[in-house]
Amino acid sequence: MVRVGVIGLQGDVSEHIEASKKALENLGVTGEVIWLRKPEQLEGISAIIIPGGESTTISKLMVKTGLFEPVKKLGEEGLPIMGTCAGLIMLSKDVIGATPEQRFLELLDVKVNRNAYGRQVDSFEAPVKLAFSDEPFIGVFIRAPRIVELLSDKVKPIAWLGDRVVGVEQDNLIGLEFHPELTDDTRVHEYFLWKVL
Amino acid sequence: MGKFDVIEAKGTERLKRGFAKMVKGGVIMDVTNAEQARIAEEAGAVSVMALHKVPADIRKAGGVARMAPIEKIQEIMDAVTIPVMAKVRIGHVAEARILEALGVDMIDESEVLTPSDPFFHIDKREFTVPFVCGARNLGEAVRRIWEGAAMIRTKGEAGTGNIVEAVRHVRLVAEGIRQIQAMTDEQVYGVAEKFAEPYLRLALNVKEIAGLPAKVLENEPIYGHYTYREIVDGLYKVLLEIKKLGRLPVVNFAAGGVATPADAALMMQMGMDGVFVGSGIFKSSNPPKMARAIVEAVNHWDEPDVLVEISREIGEPMKGQDIEELEVRLEERGV
Repeated sequence: MVRVGVIGLQGDVSEHIEASKKALENLGVTGEVIWLRKPEQLEGISAIIIPGGESTTISKLMVKTGLFEPVKKLGEEGLPIMGTCAGLIMLSKDVIGATPEQRFLELLDVKVNRNAYGRQVDSFEAPVKLAFSDEPFIGVFIRAPRIVELLSDKVKPIAWLGDRVVGVEQDNLIGLEFHPELTDDTRVHEYFLWKVL
Repeated sequence: MGKFDVIEAKGTERLKRGFAKMVKGGVIMDVTNAEQARIAEEAGAVSVMALHKVPADIRKAGGVARMAPIEKIQEIMDAVTIPVMAKVRIGHVAEARILEALGVDMIDESEVLTPSDPFFHIDKREFTVPFVCGARNLGEAVRRIWEGAAMIRTKGEAGTGNIVEAVRHVRLVAEGIRQIQAMTDEQVYGVAEKFAEPYLRLALNVKEIAGLPAKVLENEPIYGHYTYREIVDGLYKVLLEIKKLGRLPVVNFAAGGVATPADAALMMQMGMDGVFVGSGIFKSSNPPKMARAIVEAVNHWDEPDVLVEISREIGEPMKGQDIEELEVRLEERGV
């Protein structure tokens, strides 16, 4: 049975759980989606989502709860992991604007600039083009990080705002600047969950 | 125009409520300078509230409490990478416009400051920046949500280190929601009419002075451009959403009296999405330790074994105050 875990330490966890449940249903897959708070819950996990939130807080709590190292290892071994906004920051190899003690999983070959779009008054919604769909997707960018550089050929763009890359895929990993979980549209979650089928 | 043309929408309800969703499961800490802000960030705070004085000191100082000095807020914004919130007086649209222009990430229209408008709160829908507002009961929460608040917090009784009022407010809102869920839609409409009454005060006050009948016309604007009926319909819509969801449709934090990790865990057990800690951190004997402990307590609220370790050797919490002995009850400001 498919078992999707949303890292549930801080951020918009319940939104990702709802979106993943709907996506599994749309795909006709039976499975469960769990609120992932402890390393023991990683047993038998099929996919992990790192939600939006404060990357400084999520990073600190992942280390403190002992989730950091096992999640990093699972990612290296090929377990599907998707990160949105703060989750993208957590996955990235290189982060501009991090605090000195902040730690990252360093799985995804991208360089991101944290809070690059500015403060909350600069947050915006705009139509995003997805590599796997002809119809636009509502991109919700909230104090979003910006992907400023792709660091290897392994990482490929899957989402664009105009001609700028705002979402990438690298084998088992997906990283997005925006929040698909804040829309009713499950196309992105379905695309991600294809990886476990 | 193509369907992929980049047209950016800012200040939408989704963006404002979405911002609040990003701080769920977190602790928002009151800070009064750059050093405190850095301690909060390092401890794992999801955001800081930039203040001139913490509520306990505002209480002690008396006088009129206003928006914090700009240079103070700027100092804090420059010191940390996490979002920065700041408070405005209830109804003070100009203070709010100034903070929005300054670029704070969320505005707290707060009873901790001296109210500027005896009749109304700010119409928060007119702003790009999101707002959080305090509420003691379901009526206050519904009014603030209709006015555009993207987040609700309990008022509690700020600056006392006494959790009893926050617990009271959580219970009053929860019981209000439970009762709404047991009602027919027609009964809910009756509640909306009752909840709309505070908006009538100005119009009725003026009519009384003029010796006119205490009645408001159907097409008479009474709050901004809104008529009484439009307000009732708006509150009714919010109430129906609450009835369907079984909770407030926006993120709901505890505030006003959280002083220990156990207080924070209690608020999470009672279903809150996170906590604000005002005086509780920087009025304790060891702020960095207390800050870290409260962040972890919010995360491990349902694990007593872990809470034991978190609560060990955190120093003296702030000195608390009995509510009955207070000269000023901040929670009574702004209905």
